Amino acid sequence: MMLLKILFRNAFHNKLRSSLTILGIAVAILAFGLLRTVISSFYAGVESASTSRLVTRNAISIIFPLPISYTEKIRQVEGVKMVSYGNWFGGIYISEKNFFPNFCVEPNTYFALYPEFVLDEKQKKAFLADRKGAVAGQKLAAKYGWKIGDTITLKGTIYPGNWDFVLRAIYTGRDTTVDQTQFFFHWTYLNEAIKKRAPGFADQVGFYMIGVNRPDVAADTAVMVDKMFKNSLAETLTETEKAFNLGFIAMSEAIVTAIQMVSFIVIFIIMAVVANTMAMTTRERTGDYAIMKTLGFGAKDITILIFGEALVITLAGGLIGIILTFPAARAFGQELATYFPVFLVSAETIYMDVAAAFIIAFLAAIIPTRHAIRIRIADGLRRIG
Amino acid sequence: MAVPFSYSFHNLWKRRMTTVLTVSGMALVVFVFAAVLMMAAGLQKTLTETGSPNNVVVVRKAATSEVMSSIERKSASIVEMLPQVAAGPQGQPMMAKESVVLIALKKKGEEQSSSHSNVVVRGIAAESLPLRPQVKLIAGRMLRMGSSEVIVGNSIAKGFRGVGLQQTLSWGMRTWTVVGIFDAGNTGFSTEIWGDADQVMQAFRRPVYSSLIFRLQTPDAFDAAKIAIENDPRLTLEARRETKYYRDQSEIMAKFLRILGTSLTIIFSIGAIIGAMITMYSAVANRTAEIGTLRALGFRRRNILLAFLTESLLLGFIGGSIGLFFASFMQFITISTVNFQTFSELAFKFTLTPGIIVQSMLFALFMGLIGGVLPALRASRLKIVDALRSA
Repeated sequence: MMLLKILFRNAFHNKLRSSLTILGIAVAILAFGLLRTVISSFYAGVESASTSRLVTRNAISIIFPLPISYTEKIRQVEGVKMVSYGNWFGGIYISEKNFFPNFCVEPNTYFALYPEFVLDEKQKKAFLADRKGAVAGQKLAAKYGWKIGDTITLKGTIYPGNWDFVLRAIYTGRDTTVDQTQFFFHWTYLNEAIKKRAPGFADQVGFYMIGVNRPDVAADTAVMVDKMFKNSLAETLTETEKAFNLGFIAMSEAIVTAIQMVSFIVIFIIMAVVANTMAMTTRERTGDYAIMKTLGFGAKDITILIFGEALVITLAGGLIGIILTFPAARAFGQELATYFPVFLVSAETIYMDVAAAFIIAFLAAIIPTRHAIRIRIADGLRRIG
Repeated sequence: MAVPFSYSFHNLWKRRMTTVLTVSGMALVVFVFAAVLMMAAGLQKTLTETGSPNNVVVVRKAATSEVMSSIERKSASIVEMLPQVAAGPQGQPMMAKESVVLIALKKKGEEQSSSHSNVVVRGIAAESLPLRPQVKLIAGRMLRMGSSEVIVGNSIAKGFRGVGLQQTLSWGMRTWTVVGIFDAGNTGFSTEIWGDADQVMQAFRRPVYSSLIFRLQTPDAFDAAKIAIENDPRLTLEARRETKYYRDQSEIMAKFLRILGTSLTIIFSIGAIIGAMITMYSAVANRTAEIGTLRALGFRRRNILLAFLTESLLLGFIGGSIGLFFASFMQFITISTVNFQTFSELAFKFTLTPGIIVQSMLFALFMGLIGGVLPALRASRLKIVDALRSA
């Protein structure tokens, strides 16, 4: 108890300097927390991916379609419970800035495969009955003020023209990690239109979603599917939803790495600031340490004092930083909603924040401590005055 | 009379440990600041150099990238006959009808962990090379039209697997031999694979072109060409200058870098300013008696203020120089990532421009100034008697 009191007294001996340092740490921990959250948001799609779902796409690359006739063939593969399919539509709502993912899917099976998208039964029925119907995520609907029954027009980038949809249902997430900014409509709506305009491009899908019976043999099922279409005009590549989503992130790997690096640099910067503060504090108090040594306190006691003081300062700053992270993340998430549909501070980030605070304290205290321990009593005392 | 400059300098030297820590904090901030600007500048440079203002890109209306676009042979012929299209040495129209698709290629690295990325395969015509003078063959030979041969950009050859000279790639139930590697300088083409347009279209069963690129007869003929193309009822195409086309493609990416860069820099600079402030406050506190002596000797308040400001500006200057020194080494690094907008691989270099040097230096001095102003004011406000007594 006595020790704690001394530590606090020491830490706030120079109020201005301590509060500046604490402020600096708070800002650094805040920045670190936000950057880690950005990184974890990159991986949000991977975290939420189910192990019981496989994605099949054209082996050449994602932009090439697969024939619809594969549906029945895939369904016959052992271990396959359900097959759904869809296309990336790539429509623009009013202007390119309003980006959100929009797909056309086979609605019955798709929503059965995604139990995390929660739909109201009545709305779901209305959506299934209307070929022009569409489903939007709750966040998306809230952002643009859409209500059930509204007509929404998307401008096609892959499929030219203006496409009208009637919003029939709004889905919510089973929990907060579910992406609620997606937009779905009937695959048949798109296909019928293509049939009229360019029959050669009709009856094709961008991807198959496969629900498997047993997640532990999903890899075998994937191999079997791919084997079936080997040496055909449209070879397939089947992987788990997780691997599929990871593939997308891997493409922007360079950016993720850069953010990761920067998040550590911010810790370095603040380490320099705290080390500076500790160096000054110990220099000022050289005389105190000399007196303590005269009284018989050993290196251990002095070490505890200096490390303790550094810890008091960094933990105070860290705490403020962590508390500030939550409102900051909310504001940031709204600003970057188009890039990151799910932007939540994870428990892991908080642990890393605390760890960072400890590491800063220890590394910043090492050199001043060594200095304080090494100084001879006579030299230390002489420096007073 | 002004306090000599050497006084400020010696003070920093006297307390080396503190100076080093403050300067290194500032140097890191300047480094990050400069690196982000260099990244944005590199991206911009890559994409503006990719296009030439004399070239026009024609894609299907509302298509945001070449991959999404499709142009039928019939429409392509109509555009080819426009009077604004320049004529080549043999009198042929200087227009390339190209077909662009994406393929997934495996990046270099360990067998298990290396990832796929989307690479542009561009089916080219004979006119494609003269239209893009930046593209030069550096190894092997040019592909023969009508064969399953491809040439690859140097960034692709460096970063991906199985695309070295004489290696083969297989897509579209065919085997393609890499016969040449080209250097496209700082342009987006260095992350592409080029083959014969007709062969590529055949292999991928896409009987349509993706884009048409032509050279203008005269640079100011663009408006006439645009009107002719976009008002023709037979065509559903739109024309853009090549420079603008590539600039548009980097917009989202550039915006992302900008948001990230500014928020980072603001947060970081707060940390560094606090560091400078701590240093300067303690410099003032430690030297109260000294300041009193200086005042007693006849130096005025503003001289003292100036001396301490010089000291903190010096901190900023040293930090800025070190930061820029290390940032300049970033120029050797090439970033290769997927452009969100076109969904294909794009490589660009960190580029240091004189503008960035000036900006970073000003930023460093600004941090020093803000960090030093309050402590310097405190120093200059000290009363002579109080200051001397504290000794």
